[in-house]
Amino acid sequence: MEILIIIISAIFVNNIVLTQFLGICPFLGVSTKVDTAMGMAAAVCFVMAISTLVTYLLQYYILVPLGIEFMQTLTFILVIAALVQMIEIILKKISPALYKALGIFLPLITTNCCVLGVAIMVVSKEFAFGGEAHMLNLGESVLYSVAMAMGFGVALILFAGIREQLELSNVPKAFKGVPIALVTAGILALAFMGFSGLV
Amino acid sequence: MAVESSFKNMVLRLSEVCLVCSALLGLVYGVTKAPIEAAAVAKTNAAISSVVPAFDNTPSGEVFKVGLSEGDSLTVYPASSGGVPVGFAVESNTNRGFSGTVKVMVGFDIEGNICGTSVISHSETPGLGAKMTDPSFYEQFKGKNPSSFKLTVKKDGGDIDAITAATISSRAYADALSRAYAVFQSITCKSECNE
Amino acid sequence: MSKGGIILKGLVKDNPTFVLVLGMCPTLGTTTSAINGFGMGVATMFVLILSNIFISLVAGGIPDKVRIPCYIVIIASFVTILQLVMQAFVPSMYEVLGLFIPLIVVNCIVLGRAEAFANKNGVLDSACDGLGVGLGFTCALTLIGLVREILGSGSAFGFKFMEGDGILAFVLAPGAFFVLAYLMVIFRKLTGNL
Repeated sequence: MEILIIIISAIFVNNIVLTQFLGICPFLGVSTKVDTAMGMAAAVCFVMAISTLVTYLLQYYILVPLGIEFMQTLTFILVIAALVQMIEIILKKISPALYKALGIFLPLITTNCCVLGVAIMVVSKEFAFGGEAHMLNLGESVLYSVAMAMGFGVALILFAGIREQLELSNVPKAFKGVPIALVTAGILALAFMGFSGLV
Repeated sequence: MAVESSFKNMVLRLSEVCLVCSALLGLVYGVTKAPIEAAAVAKTNAAISSVVPAFDNTPSGEVFKVGLSEGDSLTVYPASSGGVPVGFAVESNTNRGFSGTVKVMVGFDIEGNICGTSVISHSETPGLGAKMTDPSFYEQFKGKNPSSFKLTVKKDGGDIDAITAATISSRAYADALSRAYAVFQSITCKSECNE
Repeated sequence: MSKGGIILKGLVKDNPTFVLVLGMCPTLGTTTSAINGFGMGVATMFVLILSNIFISLVAGGIPDKVRIPCYIVIIASFVTILQLVMQAFVPSMYEVLGLFIPLIVVNCIVLGRAEAFANKNGVLDSACDGLGVGLGFTCALTLIGLVREILGSGSAFGFKFMEGDGILAFVLAPGAFFVLAYLMVIFRKLTGNL
């Protein structure tokens, strides 16, 4: 039951893009086609799960015991950057097919703030999913990050679908490009507000 | 670029940059450590003094914890003036907020009247639940005694005027207050029993 | 180019928010009021100027292949310094901006300026570039925050000038998107940058 609450709250109620404003750059950048949006969503999900796992261990087994939590930002971003590179190399070797599908999105992910954002979020915030507020354990952290990434995917794919339609419509000249995308995102955010209070 | 990308160079320079940066960070951490702690203490103290009657002790130095149920306890800061207890500030929390935990400092005088409440942290919606930090909402608790003032919103048959369009946040606030009062009751009972 | 020219370029022609559309996350996430937007802008400017200066100093000594990791280390260090300083001296602002302070590390503006300007220019020019782009970002964020605050809560810089509530949606998530979109259109019109 709690697992279900975590997933629903992460995907819809606290949608990472539309209510928390993380990962806006790829959201606006790679969302012109549904295919690329799906590829990006899958890559983010993959990287986010692994990086949350690693940074969680880093936080509780290295930074906290040594009393150097203030190094969090520095170590997390380095680990994430290195991890993305490593995933790219490993994927290239063992699964060329997957690499072909996700490869071009991987370098973009290092600067995607939702990866670092979620990594920091799970180790610094107390969560209350129906029960007492508590810090997440390892399993919940990874689950939460995957759910967050799914929320990113849902928003991205929905948005890409709308933008594909938008290509065909007649947009005022000053609104072409980013502004109309922002207006669309605003309307989508309005729709997602309807989910608030669900959990 | 002046420097060649040989393996030795790369490792050397990268380590150098890391070393310099870490040293710099350590230095700044050392300098800011005391002010950061002072700021945290100042924040707690400000919250305490805004919710209890005038005192002359240091409540944060006499802090103790009171258990409500298993694994659930609240922090209490006793305030006294000239050695005579004048009230308690209870750092209460609730997870019934609209979007997460709400932490409230609740002050009681020795009779159990609420002297004041002050939100320590919350993540409620701006413009709706976040209005719990507006005086128009929290002033209504001042001077009320929970033994006669029912700590639930009017919608649920209590005495609290809920924030417009934010009943859940108001209920959470009421919950935090009730929890604080429960702690207050267990403290006063204890001291009476001791006497 | 003169120092003034560099600053002006960052402020108007290369405005990070309205023209280059960089650093969208803090732009949307922290501008619930003018003060918050201003705070975020200044915080970013602090990191931008210092990292620009530092990177322009060391750029000559760093092998090309490891330059990005080096830049990230430098930027992350300044972000951490910023976190510590803010916690110590403006804790309430640090709490409001929250997660978006550590996320300055992945703000593309900072790495972007390091890569596009600081590593090929002198220290003073890089500092000016950081100042110009930082100011451009601060102005944009303050403006967005101000519009959202006026429409959403009927106040400006914390001073209430209207009874009751504003149009709540503007303080919430959707308003951020709408206000940014319309301001961007107005900026395009004014600068003839269509």
